[in-house]
Amino acid sequence: MMAEKNQVQNIEKPLPGEQILIIRHLHKSFGNNHVLVDFNLELKKGESVVVLGKSGSGKSVLIKCIIGLMKPDQGSIEMFGKNIPDINEEELDKIRAKVGFLFQSNALYDSMTVRENIEFPLRRHWIRVSQAEVNKMVLESLEDVGLAHTIDMMPAELSGGMRKRIALARTLILRPEIILYDEPTTGLDLITGKEIIELMIEIQKKYKTSSLIISHDMNCVRMAGNRVAILTEGRCYALGTYEQLQLNTDPLVKQFFE
Amino acid sequence: MSLATNLKIFFNEAGNLSRFTGRFFKQWFKPRYETAELGRQCFVIGYKSLPLIGLTAFILGLVLTIQLRPSLIDYGVESQLPAIVGIADVREIGPVITALIFAGKIGSSIGAELGSMNVTEQIDAMEVSGTNPFKYLVVTRVLAATFMLPVLVMMGIAISLYGSYLGVNIHGVTSFHLFWKQVFDSLSFTDVLPAFIKSYFFGFAVGMIGCYKGYNSSKGTEGVGRSANSAVVLSSVMIFVIDLLVVQVTDVLGLN
Repeated sequence: MMAEKNQVQNIEKPLPGEQILIIRHLHKSFGNNHVLVDFNLELKKGESVVVLGKSGSGKSVLIKCIIGLMKPDQGSIEMFGKNIPDINEEELDKIRAKVGFLFQSNALYDSMTVRENIEFPLRRHWIRVSQAEVNKMVLESLEDVGLAHTIDMMPAELSGGMRKRIALARTLILRPEIILYDEPTTGLDLITGKEIIELMIEIQKKYKTSSLIISHDMNCVRMAGNRVAILTEGRCYALGTYEQLQLNTDPLVKQFFE
Repeated sequence: MSLATNLKIFFNEAGNLSRFTGRFFKQWFKPRYETAELGRQCFVIGYKSLPLIGLTAFILGLVLTIQLRPSLIDYGVESQLPAIVGIADVREIGPVITALIFAGKIGSSIGAELGSMNVTEQIDAMEVSGTNPFKYLVVTRVLAATFMLPVLVMMGIAISLYGSYLGVNIHGVTSFHLFWKQVFDSLSFTDVLPAFIKSYFFGFAVGMIGCYKGYNSSKGTEGVGRSANSAVVLSSVMIFVIDLLVVQVTDVLGLN
């Protein structure tokens, strides 16, 4: 998997199981700025991979390419048997219905209540369910994140941690098979950040989802990731469990664990 | 900045706005039709603008009448005051002033709203949620602005004439019936039609520029402020440009 000369040998033992997301030879540039250069990664069913990298290393670009918000210059991103850069809008929508995305800024719609925010993906993905069923699902999602009492509140009335939980509840409403987290603890204090990570782990266990987490928060890396991929110089520089990478002596890997 | 650089920026912006407008027409007829959101936007853009438009129109009619009276007395045509105010109001002042107030209220609010949605990734979130954000946010707002401004203009003109009636009666006595008879006698279909038609273009320009500026705002809070501000400035300029073009067209068609 890691053929490049300057890369650290892949030290992880492959986990058994079906690959749910396969990224191969991904390239993305903005002018002369080569953000992703031959990036490769696999996510297996039920596992959680954290992509660790410095600010500006291309983590958010990677996650936006995966969900189809950006088109890579080269390479493939296979999810549910489809290559994301090649499919049309309609097919992409069907895939997106199975993938949750937690935005770094939460991206809650300011003009809508918490209930409307959570209902939104359900209504927009043409999922035909009765109003009673919708209410039940909204309430269940809110209970999962422990904020059922905020159902009729506006996002502006909530704290940063609460907004993150509501955004997570919104991703859960469609019962996704994969959840993509873009910097889930950014902007939160240590305690709230830890609570969010615990919630992510709980949700993964409850709904048996696979998670791809973009982060530079070492707490998040340590607690939430079955495997850790280090993204540097636009490629997956090292891949392994937290413990394996912690023992790695390569200076580029070591700097993250010091 | 040199003149060449400024020209380059101008043509670049004009090109991008044209492409954005082209995208609007391409998306407008494509399903899925966002009728519920269009209805909501008509309510927000049209109905909620009515108090402001109504108040300013009433004051405008009143002030215009009070200020015109001395000049008309000098020329000995004071009795023509309702007719003159009516023509000025219907043909030019009503549509343009209403459109400018509309640009200030709606252009800035669309620019700021879409700008902040862009900055906080809400537009991306919408796309991930199986929604075409261009159709949901841009097409609905532009259509609502296009359809609502002519209604507001007509209501504004009517309210403004009530203001004028009050102005006429401050220094004299004119019956309600006589005032309206004089106003309607002085007006013809060719006065009302161009004013009504140009209001559609004004509304379209305000909606389109507000959406363009907001949708393409640069990241950061400063970008949001700039979007709102430039949406108002550019819409206001476009209102005068469209007005100038419409006058030329109606002149050629013999409607002036």
